[in-house]
Amino acid sequence: MSALNGYVGFDTITQQIEKKLLKRGFQFNVMVVGQSGLGKSTLVNTIFASHLIESKGRVACDEPPRQTTEIETVGHIIEENGVRLKLNIVDTPGYGDQVNNENCWEPIIKYIKDQHSAYLRKELTATREKYIQDSRIHCCLFFLTPSGHALKPIDIVVLKKLSEVVNVVPVIAKSDALTLEERAAFKMRIKQELTFHNIRLYPYESEEDDEQEQALNESIRDLIPFAVVGSERNVVVDGKAVRGRKNRYGVINVENEDHCEFVHLRNFLTRTHLQDLIETTAQIHYEAFRSKQLLAIKESTQQPTSPGAVHPPITPVNGNASSSALTSPTSTSVPAF
Amino acid sequence: MAHRLGGRRKNVKKGFQFTFMVVGASGTGRTTFVNTLCDSGVLPKKISDNPEEAHNEAGIKIKPVSVELDEDGVRISLTIVDTPGFGDNIDNEKCFQEIVGYLESQYDDILAEENRIKRNPRFRDNRVHALLYFIAPTGHALREIDIELMRRLSPRVNVIPVIGRADSLTPQELRDFKRRIMEDIEHYNIPIYNFPYDPEEDDEDTVEENSELRTLLPFAIIGSDEEIVVNGRTVRGRQYPWGAVEVDNPKHSDFARLRSALLSSHLQDLKEITHDFLYENYRTEKLSRTINGGDQDGAALDADEMASQSVRLKEEQLRREEEKLRDIELKVQKEIQEKRQELLAKEEALRSLEARLAAAQLQDAA
Repeated sequence: MSALNGYVGFDTITQQIEKKLLKRGFQFNVMVVGQSGLGKSTLVNTIFASHLIESKGRVACDEPPRQTTEIETVGHIIEENGVRLKLNIVDTPGYGDQVNNENCWEPIIKYIKDQHSAYLRKELTATREKYIQDSRIHCCLFFLTPSGHALKPIDIVVLKKLSEVVNVVPVIAKSDALTLEERAAFKMRIKQELTFHNIRLYPYESEEDDEQEQALNESIRDLIPFAVVGSERNVVVDGKAVRGRKNRYGVINVENEDHCEFVHLRNFLTRTHLQDLIETTAQIHYEAFRSKQLLAIKESTQQPTSPGAVHPPITPVNGNASSSALTSPTSTSVPAF
Repeated sequence: MAHRLGGRRKNVKKGFQFTFMVVGASGTGRTTFVNTLCDSGVLPKKISDNPEEAHNEAGIKIKPVSVELDEDGVRISLTIVDTPGFGDNIDNEKCFQEIVGYLESQYDDILAEENRIKRNPRFRDNRVHALLYFIAPTGHALREIDIELMRRLSPRVNVIPVIGRADSLTPQELRDFKRRIMEDIEHYNIPIYNFPYDPEEDDEDTVEENSELRTLLPFAIIGSDEEIVVNGRTVRGRQYPWGAVEVDNPKHSDFARLRSALLSSHLQDLKEITHDFLYENYRTEKLSRTINGGDQDGAALDADEMASQSVRLKEEQLRREEEKLRDIELKVQKEIQEKRQELLAKEEALRSLEARLAAAQLQDAA
């Protein structure tokens, strides 16, 4: 590094960037996966402290139970201190709820890959937009049943498949069903199984991390899976109104670290790793998808009879990419901002 | 209470035999419930075996366990059938068939025994008198697997739905959940055991008790085989950072009511319904299938074969006896005919003799 003889002032570039970014706003897409009744919608609403999604649980007896996994996306814009966050929440009702759950994960994997595919298509367009709408999933919250025993075979299969295409953060839902000892034993067991099956979870290790970041990541990895409790209702604790649950024998304070790990999850997702989640989605998962696709295109143009890629190869088109031999995202997806 | 005990006075010394099955996905509190009910470690908790084994789908294992209980001075010989592995696979279709198969094979045993010419006086009745189905405490309504299971099993056994691990539900959530479950059960026409009573025939106490138990359905269960200290008392319960839940406290859990209904007040009723209604239905279905030469699908168990064989034998016997009777009838008739003919012939002979005699007398006189 060369030494400076006076103050130049290029250190204000951070503020210049901030100003631009504040104008543009930030985009964050989160997906929730888990059986019905685990409190997915409630947890998302608790994390972002506002009523963003409705529970998709069946509450009327004449409503038939869902027979397949459906993907539903809801978009919101929330603002805090002048910072605008465009939030997309992708729900997966019907996952794991049937008697036979073979392949219930396929619509989910397909949706994630479709978002990568849509982004790639836009990127490869000759005249492309200045800022491509990012609908790629930055974080997938995977909800585990608080059985206290171990992972179910279906959990293992799906976690494996998901961790290959998206940042996965497993959480133990409704953890107020477990005593502290049960929770600790359950977590340890889950960790053993995850290690045994070589399931790579976020946060990933990176050489760019300094000591502080590495320590933080280690502590996060220690906590995973987060044992959480969600609530949109307030209870009174010591004269204060906090979000919690009042049952027949006590009051659970969601924000009390002795009760559950909600605070850690919330801070992890929003206060420490929000930007990193977005970045790793682009730099790791999207890049992997992209290189596979482009290699497949190269192969298919060299040898027309070669087998196609996992996802149908993309052909770059001129102008607005609207019609092509591609699978487009499901009709209920990505609202255009 | 006297009228109910009346019929059992003779049995009190001998004790009762009762079998129930617990079904539910792992983690719904089945094993703990059983251990809490029997106040001892009857069933082993799911052993944290190798993490390497977890992804193997073991399917369902049906394990009966026997235990002796003393309930208010009455001896109960209890058999509990656990079903670990139910609902844990990716495809759970086979689990249903295994459970139904188990229930039906107990009925087949009884059927075979009934048809034996020389019965075994010490035959052990292994029919399942009640099935406790553990619903996961989602707070929404019944899942597809819940509806399917209860629907398929209720023709063969008394199904009592139960909400497992109900400690995490608030009172309001629990009320709504119970209501929605019962609405679902009615909507899908699932015949569960709902403490039946006849407002005309039964006395007031019975009617009151049964309707009260009915409003508690499905029972919200909290189980624990550990003891904790609450306000200086040592009770069975679970200790959380925010409070402690007591298993035997009726404000916390319906466990005590379910236990007394199952092992005391409604034990006899459950057994009677199993024998007089469920078993009879199965028997009728099974026998009409056999007589009509209906398809015998699935593996033919020995009892199955024996039952149908002995039925066939009996019918053979009946047929043979009928034939014999008919033969005898025919023979008798023939004999009668012969005798009559003989009689006629003799009469003829007599008449001709008389005629000749008369003619001879006339000749003499002339």
